[in-house]
Amino acid sequence: MTDSPTVWDLWRKAARLLAVDPAGLGGAWLKLRAGPVARRVTDGLGAAMAPLPPRKLHVTISDEALYGGVDLTATLTAGRKVLRGGLMTGDAAFLLPMAERCPVRLAARLGGMLDGQDKSCLIALDEGIEADETLPAALSDRLAFHLTLDGVRLADCPEFDVDVAEARAQLADVDTSHAAETLTTLASHMGIDSLRAPLMAVKAARAHAALAGREVAGDEDISAAAALVLAPRAVRWPETAEDEDDHQPPSEPSEESADKGEGQDQMIPPEMVLEAMKAHLPEGLLAQLQMQAARRAAKGAGAGARSKGNRRGRPMAPRMGRLSAQTKVDVIATLRTAAPWQTVRRRQTPDHPARVLIRPDDIRIKRFEEKSDRVLIFSVDASGSAALARLAEAKGAIELLLSEAYVNRDHVALIAFRGEQAELLLPPTRSLVQAKRRLAALPGGGGTPLASALRSAYDLAGATGKKGMTPTLAFLTDGRGNIALDGKPDRQAAEADMEGWAQAIRARAIPSIVIDTGNRPQRRAEALSRALGGAYLPMPRADAKRLSEAISTTLVPAQ
Amino acid sequence: MTQPFPFTAIVGQDEMKQALVLTAIDPKIGGVLVFGDRGTGKSTAVRALAALLPDIEMAKGDPYNSTSLEAAAELGVEASEMERRPTPVVDLPLGATEDRVCGALDLERALTRGEKAFEPGLLARAHRGYLYIDEVNLLEDHIVDLLLDVAASGENLVEREGLSIRHPARFVLVGSGNPEEGELRPQLLDRFGLSVEVSSPTEISERVEVVRRRDAYEMDADGFVAKFADQERDLRSAITHGKVQLADVATPDGILEDCAKLCVALGADGLRGELTLLRAARALAAFEGASQTDRSHLRRVAPLALRHRLRRDPLDDAGSGVRVGRVIDDILVA
Repeated sequence: MTDSPTVWDLWRKAARLLAVDPAGLGGAWLKLRAGPVARRVTDGLGAAMAPLPPRKLHVTISDEALYGGVDLTATLTAGRKVLRGGLMTGDAAFLLPMAERCPVRLAARLGGMLDGQDKSCLIALDEGIEADETLPAALSDRLAFHLTLDGVRLADCPEFDVDVAEARAQLADVDTSHAAETLTTLASHMGIDSLRAPLMAVKAARAHAALAGREVAGDEDISAAAALVLAPRAVRWPETAEDEDDHQPPSEPSEESADKGEGQDQMIPPEMVLEAMKAHLPEGLLAQLQMQAARRAAKGAGAGARSKGNRRGRPMAPRMGRLSAQTKVDVIATLRTAAPWQTVRRRQTPDHPARVLIRPDDIRIKRFEEKSDRVLIFSVDASGSAALARLAEAKGAIELLLSEAYVNRDHVALIAFRGEQAELLLPPTRSLVQAKRRLAALPGGGGTPLASALRSAYDLAGATGKKGMTPTLAFLTDGRGNIALDGKPDRQAAEADMEGWAQAIRARAIPSIVIDTGNRPQRRAEALSRALGGAYLPMPRADAKRLSEAISTTLVPAQ
Repeated sequence: MTQPFPFTAIVGQDEMKQALVLTAIDPKIGGVLVFGDRGTGKSTAVRALAALLPDIEMAKGDPYNSTSLEAAAELGVEASEMERRPTPVVDLPLGATEDRVCGALDLERALTRGEKAFEPGLLARAHRGYLYIDEVNLLEDHIVDLLLDVAASGENLVEREGLSIRHPARFVLVGSGNPEEGELRPQLLDRFGLSVEVSSPTEISERVEVVRRRDAYEMDADGFVAKFADQERDLRSAITHGKVQLADVATPDGILEDCAKLCVALGADGLRGELTLLRAARALAAFEGASQTDRSHLRRVAPLALRHRLRRDPLDDAGSGVRVGRVIDDILVA
């Protein structure tokens, strides 16, 4: 953030382009916390986007508020049909604060709006702090500009006004055939797969040229468009070979480990290790885990914890509530509430046309209790210690657990720890293909930052809990943590940190299992499982006989 | 309302276009699943298809799209004449409630007038047309269950809040999604007749052409659509012609045998595979004006119809298209 004025300049440029062609560019995704700078952005929006009126959306906005429709509350009061206009009727510059909490439901609707031929655009203010708090990809893909305005000082953000009426009129006359070719090629070199990106870049170049009064989008416009639209989406930078390596996972992840480890496991292709593992993992491991959690939390059996919702599940007693698309009215309960008052109300309003007099406070909403989705958080020890020797086997074990997760429609997340700290390889997803791919690409080596892994798992469990899912933790480690939370190799501090975080996990009664990947069962791994209050399972050694059996059955195709 | 992007102006993605055209000729094929990356024109193709579909006859003012006045009367709709309306293409948005999908008690009338009336949902609107679900893999499970049930029976049955309504709901289910964001349940997978995997074109020239055309369309929709009017008309008449032709296309026994052999060799569960394969091959023959189905038709539709029916390993990320291709080569040549 040393170039903070530049970021604001970028936003100023982006805002001007957006004002020229709001429908074509879709909008902007601004990463910025609430504060004076955010205020300046939102306050300036009305002037910048004129004549589009600015309208504020909220992430929990209901469909009626968006699209309009019958206003049931007003209808009941008035006794005749009252229609209400929605926010989405008519073109506007929409502002979506707290966009990181935007549910897929709303993202789908906003995406549909941006795809349509409306003149509207959307400014999403992403106030997310954690890496997993972000705008749904379906929406960010449709917004041309992605900017991070965090850490900018207000003094560096002069107000600006946008006068683009002239440019807007010129827009259609700009020739962009050269720009289209250059930008598409560039996008493809940057590893951007979506074709929306170059398309929006072309539009940005056109708007840029129109602003400058040029009739042909030239190099200046192209580079501005590339910087604003393509650069933030780049998966890799063209021309620099080193960077490219970062993004292309090494094809042989355990290469490094072959030198240090016993070498035996690495010689065997992963499929065969998987076969060998099958014989050693007890079936229904995940099911056992559930039971154990259920016992401890004394909540009864079942796949997930219960959450109260109003959409589905087992019915609960109705309660008072307001009408919206997200709730379901319990008609019988509503009528029952209104029934005793009918005579009184009829006396008060003898001319009311309705046959049944129902007031808004009579409305009763149905509520349901449902089991929430489960998420399995795997933390894999990829350090250079004993676990390394069996990393391939650990991966095999996870694959087996993954297929069990598939059967139960669980979500899975993957944390790997090696070197200085743990890293979230895969945020919770149902895509097992992804999980498998990330797992296969996981390299080994370095220290064992177990404490950091515990913290990451704890944080992730908390985050998924907030989203209504029930987390379960699985640690595949030998329990020999030697890196403290600050990333320094200090065994004692590491032990203390581990202890602390293990207790935190235990205190929240998050079900967990420790699978010991050490060469022989370790006391430490068992101690960790006790500290976590979870199950302990030593990963059995795949002995040579079993391995060779598995190998021969794989090599000779079954006839 | 601006016209949708012309179907014939979509660059590449031939497999997807072909699958959609086949369902337009024979809706019984039972739906298309389009899986692939973002920004590959999945939604564009479905929306564009709507413009190609011929108008159909339905009772005037009938929310259930009934085929005849009698059918409408049975559902309590008073219609006096038939009218031609475009084939419905209905969007099912993510997060739609059960009420919205299958219909529910008309709340406004129930609460203000104390009347019990049914308000038809999206399923009624999609009858005899298309139901399009973007990001079908993110759809909530209870909605999926509901769709499975209706797709299997061709009928929507609502039994709650004192209502008992049954109305026909036969539609072509078109789903799109990005497999990286979540898996689709095998049961739902099986309901889609054809499945297509799309990816962004890798050729730079092709990518440039996509961007050019889309940009041209967005700058001047009417002008762009006019440029493709001839091609659109040709395709539309080919579809209409194919629909008529469909009943006359003969299917030799040899082809039936080939269908069965393919399904057995691939270990596809159930007989839905054979049926879809047969229907798709016949629709392709009708589309191309052939008088009978032959192996070339079969060969071209087999990957579409069978790819998603293999009993698969959830962790196998290599596409099953390769396996299908190998089996097709084995069986159709020998």
